[in-house]
Amino acid sequence: MLKVIDSAVPVACWSCSVAHNTSTLFCPHCSKIQPPAAGDYFSVFSLEPRLNIDTAVLEHEFHRLSRKLHPDRYARATDSEREFALADTALLNDAYRTLKDPLRRTEYLLKLMGAEVGDYTAAEGKPAKDANRAPIDLLEEVFELNMQLEEMRGARKAGEDNTDLERDLTLAKTKFERLVEAVDAELREQWSNWEAGDATARKIAQKHMVALLDRRRYLSNLVREVSETLGA
Amino acid sequence: MPEAPVVGIDLGTTNSLVAYMEGDRPIVIPGVDGSSLVPSVVALEPLPKAGGRPTVSVGNSARKVLIESPERVIYSVKRLMGRSLAEVKNELKLFPFRLAEDAAEGEVPRLQLGELRFTPPEISAYVLRQLKRNAERFFGVEVKQAVITVPAYFNDAERQATKDAGRMAGLQVLRLVNEPTAAALAYGLDRAKIGTIAVYDLGGGTFDISILKLNDGIFEVQSTNGDTHLGGDDIDNLLLTVALDEIHSEHGINLREHPGAVQALRKAAIDAKIRLSTEDSASFDVELPNGDRYQREIPREVFELLIEPVLARTAYPCKQAMTDAGVTPEQIDEVVLVGGSTRIPAVRALVDSLFNLSARGKKCNADLNPDEVVAMGAAVQAGILSGSSKTTDDLLLLDVTPLSLGIEALGGVTAKIIQRNSTIPASAVEYFTTGVDGQTNVAIHVVQGERELADDCRSLARFDLKGIPPMTAGLPRIEVRFLIDADGILKVTAREQRSGKEAEIEVKATYGLTDEQVETMILDSYDHAEEDFAKRLLIEARNEALGLLNAVDRGSQTPAWALLTTEERTAIGEARNHLLEAAKGYDIPAISAAIAALDKATRRFAEMMMDAAVSTAIRGKTMDAAGEELAEAVTAPHAFSPAEFK
Repeated sequence: MLKVIDSAVPVACWSCSVAHNTSTLFCPHCSKIQPPAAGDYFSVFSLEPRLNIDTAVLEHEFHRLSRKLHPDRYARATDSEREFALADTALLNDAYRTLKDPLRRTEYLLKLMGAEVGDYTAAEGKPAKDANRAPIDLLEEVFELNMQLEEMRGARKAGEDNTDLERDLTLAKTKFERLVEAVDAELREQWSNWEAGDATARKIAQKHMVALLDRRRYLSNLVREVSETLGA
Repeated sequence: MPEAPVVGIDLGTTNSLVAYMEGDRPIVIPGVDGSSLVPSVVALEPLPKAGGRPTVSVGNSARKVLIESPERVIYSVKRLMGRSLAEVKNELKLFPFRLAEDAAEGEVPRLQLGELRFTPPEISAYVLRQLKRNAERFFGVEVKQAVITVPAYFNDAERQATKDAGRMAGLQVLRLVNEPTAAALAYGLDRAKIGTIAVYDLGGGTFDISILKLNDGIFEVQSTNGDTHLGGDDIDNLLLTVALDEIHSEHGINLREHPGAVQALRKAAIDAKIRLSTEDSASFDVELPNGDRYQREIPREVFELLIEPVLARTAYPCKQAMTDAGVTPEQIDEVVLVGGSTRIPAVRALVDSLFNLSARGKKCNADLNPDEVVAMGAAVQAGILSGSSKTTDDLLLLDVTPLSLGIEALGGVTAKIIQRNSTIPASAVEYFTTGVDGQTNVAIHVVQGERELADDCRSLARFDLKGIPPMTAGLPRIEVRFLIDADGILKVTAREQRSGKEAEIEVKATYGLTDEQVETMILDSYDHAEEDFAKRLLIEARNEALGLLNAVDRGSQTPAWALLTTEERTAIGEARNHLLEAAKGYDIPAISAAIAALDKATRRFAEMMMDAAVSTAIRGKTMDAAGEELAEAVTAPHAFSPAEFK
């Protein structure tokens, strides 16, 4: 889906025709805005693919680039400059949206590395159909939780209060939230492994991360389901 | 001719305004009657017998027609922008819109206005043209470019319809800005540089909530939510329904069969609603067609109970917006109120509890006039786009798309490709292929909304990818790029990758006008010519002069004339003769100067007439405005009075 920038190929500026070796947002010679370069989201922020990102720095950079690239700045420019500003800003926004979120960032990097991962974003907001494989270590608890959820919904429907059940579910919710946090901690560990590791270590870390993302997706769907049932 | 600034327009459900940046602050431009609010009401005047162009009036003069001949008037048309026939039919239950009889599903619905038929964008174009003219009279040059505001929760079709209306009115729409965001811009001009604010915008027909992060001149919208069919109109309808039902049961009259009487009652309902914002009780007193009177006292408690369900509908969008922005009420530093309906105390109380304000020692912020703040913000955005003001140089607005964009996948399921609340411009690339050997077309259905099934979302467009080179099924790889631009409007491009051929796309918007249709609907294409424009300005200046002269002449027959000093009468006489001479000439600035002089000379006279005729003296009105107020005593033609500025 994505091509890594081939910086060996010189790119000529559309305006002054001077060629330059690295793809930049502005021509180093005449400073005119350039069309988006074929690169990944990391390259938009002049970053190598990585997972540990300081989001405050990323935000600052996003704002700095937005000020320079946003279509508002080109409202009176030529048609082609307006078109480039639109395309550049769309890419910048897409990149920022993906990289600022730790899960989307992980998922994106894994895809970039060629891994098959479930779509975290598509599963958002509804129980994902492909994420109904319960992690083996949680099978029993999930089974019990589902029973309780069913019972709670029944009680809610009948207009009854069931404080015991409500307490159990709240406890279960807290427990699963902890598990989500644990997954996040493990993910961060794998981030560091990936960044520090050689090709083999990276492969291993990637495999772990794919599994962790699946587990997390499952867990957060569960937490959401409990919250919805309790909140209903 | 000097260049006119880019104007900012608030195209509202009830009222519309136009503003611009004067130096470093936004200024609202007044209309012919000195008021900055132009009611979004359009009336068709009786067609000229000899044929020729129909005349359409806009604003207060159109509103006056409403009670006498409601069938020649359209208001609240914003509710119909970008909507399908089925959706419009739904609105007809509550609003006196009359659909053209030949309306067919799949076409943009047309409304019957007197003898003629207009699409909603055409009606809006008339309102926009009025604002454009107000601005042109103000600047003395043609206005060509504008920023127009739309409810943040407007979908693609509603946005496109608004843009079409701008084009029909002869305006190049440089940007559509979301109303709450515009308000934030107006507020943010001279305010704390860092923080999280919520904008609660309850207008005449739409509700929006937006949560923004302010950071050193960058206004980054975090989330937005709302309801494009929720507003003051709904409150009016509640009061109206109560009154209609009571009249039916108590007086045995079904007023619903008398459109003019319904309009009179609606006006009484609106007046009562407005009074209830400041008073504990308001009363209806309406004369019925049979001579009976319908009298009714409405205490504020009853009113608040009545409107509670309407207000409650704003709560969920607020909570969802906070969830989407990942903030709690406590993390919101400030809540800004926008829209006339936020004057209702019950609305303020609801906002207070939603955002936990009192408990935190905070209050809603309504420092700026809630009717004007959106237009002012539009002017700020206009300033940003034209790069004309130092104040706006450092400002940048990063807005979001309110609704998720999806494509219909196998089994009718929505596959979301751009999530709601994504910063715009935003894009997504999807790949499509063929299912049958030699297939050369692929159909794509694009929808907008949050629902799981495409049928439950709003259909945006059907794209037909044509001219795919015949290949084995599954082999073509068509790259389709979806781009939501800074106006929140979708653009689509496609390319077949294996053959490198640009796939041809036939975009068929589900709702909306084609480019060609918009072209045929452009109002007064003749007044694009500069010569015509100068001619029109001259005619307008002469009309204005004539109106003022008329008002003065009639005024001199009133008792107030005798109360003036001899010097005053002489001064008025001289100014009058001077204007009479100037109006015969072709020098527009000279006419304008003479108008201003006569207006100044008659200022006290106007006030005295006003004092004499109305118990509550309204100060600082111009001669024309005085004539307007004194409709009984002085029947001055509705002329162009020179605008007054604070």
